[in-house]
Amino acid sequence: MSYEAFRHFADSWGLLFMVLVWIGFALWAFRPGAKQHHEDAANMIFDESENDG
Amino acid sequence: MASRFFDHKKLERNVTLLAIGAFITVAIGGIVEIAPLFYIDSTVEEVEGVRPYTPLELAGRNVYIREGCYTCHSQMVRPFRDEVERYGHYSLAAESMYDHPFQWGSKRTGPDLARVGGRYSDEWHVQHLTDPRSVVPESIMPPYAFLATREIDFEDIDGDLGALSSIGVPYDETMIENAAADFAAQVDIFGDASGLRERYGDVQIRDFDGNPAMLTEMDALIAYLQMLGTLVDFEAAAAQEEAR
Amino acid sequence: METLTMKVGSLLLVAFLAFVAAASAADSGFAVHMWIVVAAALLATFVIANKADFAALARGGAPKPDQSRYDDDPVRWGVIATVFWGMAGFLAGLYIALQLAFPVLNLNLEYTTFGRLRPLHTSAVIFAFGGNALIATSFYIVQRTCRARLAFPGLARFVFWGYQLFIVLAATGYLLGITQSREYAEPEWYVDLWLTIVWVAYAIVFIGTIAKRKEPHIYVANWFFLAFILTIAMLHIVNNLAVPVSFMGSKSYSAFAGVQDALTQWWYGHNAVGFFLTAGFLAMMYYFVPKQAERPVYSYRLSIIHFWSLIFLYIWAGPHHLHYTALPDWAQTLGMVFSIMLWMPSWGGMINGLMTLNGAWDKIRTDPIIRMMVMALAFYGMSTFEGPMMSIKAVNSLSHYTDWTIGHVHSGALGWNGMITFAAIYYLVPRLWARERLYSLRMVNWHFWLATVGIVLYAASMWVAGIMQGLMWREYGADGYLVYAFSEVTAAMHPMYLIRATGGLLYLAGAIVMTYNVWQTIAGRSRTEKPMSDAAFDPEADRPIVSPQTVPAE
Repeated sequence: MSYEAFRHFADSWGLLFMVLVWIGFALWAFRPGAKQHHEDAANMIFDESENDG
Repeated sequence: MASRFFDHKKLERNVTLLAIGAFITVAIGGIVEIAPLFYIDSTVEEVEGVRPYTPLELAGRNVYIREGCYTCHSQMVRPFRDEVERYGHYSLAAESMYDHPFQWGSKRTGPDLARVGGRYSDEWHVQHLTDPRSVVPESIMPPYAFLATREIDFEDIDGDLGALSSIGVPYDETMIENAAADFAAQVDIFGDASGLRERYGDVQIRDFDGNPAMLTEMDALIAYLQMLGTLVDFEAAAAQEEAR
Repeated sequence: METLTMKVGSLLLVAFLAFVAAASAADSGFAVHMWIVVAAALLATFVIANKADFAALARGGAPKPDQSRYDDDPVRWGVIATVFWGMAGFLAGLYIALQLAFPVLNLNLEYTTFGRLRPLHTSAVIFAFGGNALIATSFYIVQRTCRARLAFPGLARFVFWGYQLFIVLAATGYLLGITQSREYAEPEWYVDLWLTIVWVAYAIVFIGTIAKRKEPHIYVANWFFLAFILTIAMLHIVNNLAVPVSFMGSKSYSAFAGVQDALTQWWYGHNAVGFFLTAGFLAMMYYFVPKQAERPVYSYRLSIIHFWSLIFLYIWAGPHHLHYTALPDWAQTLGMVFSIMLWMPSWGGMINGLMTLNGAWDKIRTDPIIRMMVMALAFYGMSTFEGPMMSIKAVNSLSHYTDWTIGHVHSGALGWNGMITFAAIYYLVPRLWARERLYSLRMVNWHFWLATVGIVLYAASMWVAGIMQGLMWREYGADGYLVYAFSEVTAAMHPMYLIRATGGLLYLAGAIVMTYNVWQTIAGRSRTEKPMSDAAFDPEADRPIVSPQTVPAE
């Protein structure tokens, strides 16, 4: 693949692909189903059995 | 329940997967950016005149590196009107193609040195390195007087050339064999420099530190400084451009 | 008994090999380093043999450490090392700042020139101060969040002491002029090899501890630590590829040249910032800020996006250190675009940290440790805005090569890395040494203000210096010639260099206060002082307003 073709791909389809992946990823992280799981994870460091004061 | 195809919870519970995922994520950028530099031909367009350093210049360059000159001096003139006027023609990629490591620098506490060669006399450099404020009152450079009294050991310089040739610098066998002789020949105006000239072209030959009695680190450093940026003949290139 | 024999035997072997290398060294610097290795190996032998409980060994087995407690010895050493190297690094920084204002301080000695002390300063603060803070906090956090003792306790001790040896070899090397001249990767090939060994051991201990965890979930702080450890390993190995001139000498030549060497170095250099000074310290943020604020992180989902976006984008940003150089344009453009995008995850992380205090903002007033954390996040936000801005080519054409870069680096290093580390130290010390509280909370407050004022002086003076420098270099007169000689610009920097050194002095003074405070806390003392959170109360004024109208007439 020549440099020109590579560059053309990078700033069109390549860019679009990366943006879509990112948006999909972000939406997925914020999907409602995982709320409880994330809250548990965030509160994990306060579990009393941690006994570090 | 999360999607069957991709579940971050798995990643959050499996350190191997997490490590592999993170490593792939961080590897992409470097691979896309750095790898092409090694095979795209236009990265470094070869320019006439660029040659490997002579043994003396290489030793001087090593003194330059050892003293951390790069912490205050860049060697990379950017293509701006003021920089070109202040320092000379902007730097070409080819001019540092044999620089292991590069010395482009990142800070100009002192001026750029990419084209310092030939700008000042050897005597000025000796005086300036010995006591910077005696020639430039505003200077804040440290003094390097000890270079003038430190004899330089060059018997093993062939090892340096050999190491560099193994990573692609075109030092051939005769250059490596004659490294120590070429080293001494470059500071001896009365000696036979034909071998040195034959191998490296039109190099500057003189006693750089003004002390013929001793071959010092000052000799080597000034030999390096005086050749910086002088290899490419920009006048000739300019004429060609006009003719077209 | 066998393990003791093995340890002592291999240490003595190392000492012997280093002795042989010292005797046949090609240069004096290498010989000095090998003598240091001999001394370190003999010292370790002595300590191990001296400490061994031979009576227990004779009974057939050394006593097992208490498995019901976390393995905190390396963390305690790490905290002390962090404080010690922090003082050394800040002092070196102040000294070289003064050298720029008063060049006579170079002392006319080869060992004390700016060129040799500058890498000493940068390595001392980044790798000695920052590195020890990262190792200590990662060992602390990974145990708590995994609810498991450190895997491979012996290896963990090797990581700590091996890392200290790396620091000593690097620092003495700079003074002796042993350098690869690669910024933030100056140590020569054999020191790099040693660090590689130590780093692999570090990765084994860290990942091993995660692997034996009792908690199914891997907490977000550990992802950041993991990315930091793996990426630094990759960067360190690739950037330090070099051919030594002799296996008995210190000198080596980089495997790459010119353009390729420059981009490899700045790919490393920028991601030393991105993964050592950002990812690793964000891990500290994601644990200590919620713990000190006593509330969970604002959005755990945001932290997932923060993590993946940050590590993906950061690695591309290196070329912005090479704008308008001989590096191909496409690489410069890529570096700029990714640097600008990097602003988003950076601020996502900052917001996530700050909003953790949502509903508890009063703690900024009452808790100086929280205040330090908030200031750290504020500086993180500021410098991660400034960085993308400086990576825009038009801005960079002015800022590059000037003191603006130095100011930018220090608002990140002093403000973000320094403050979050101090806060972590203040959090850790009473817990690690089982003290009821710190020796003095008011001293933490003093430290906070000294450091903050110091950073403001530093950053402000370097902005002015950098922009002034950039403008003076490019200023043309009406006659069409450059107005200023380089030396005139240097002279104009002098007042700025003085203000910067004052800022550094204040920051160092704050660190001295911290050292005293930590020292006293470890010694088990506590200062009798008024509590920080006293709100004003005047019993005389504590009564209802009686308006004259309502008073019945007599």
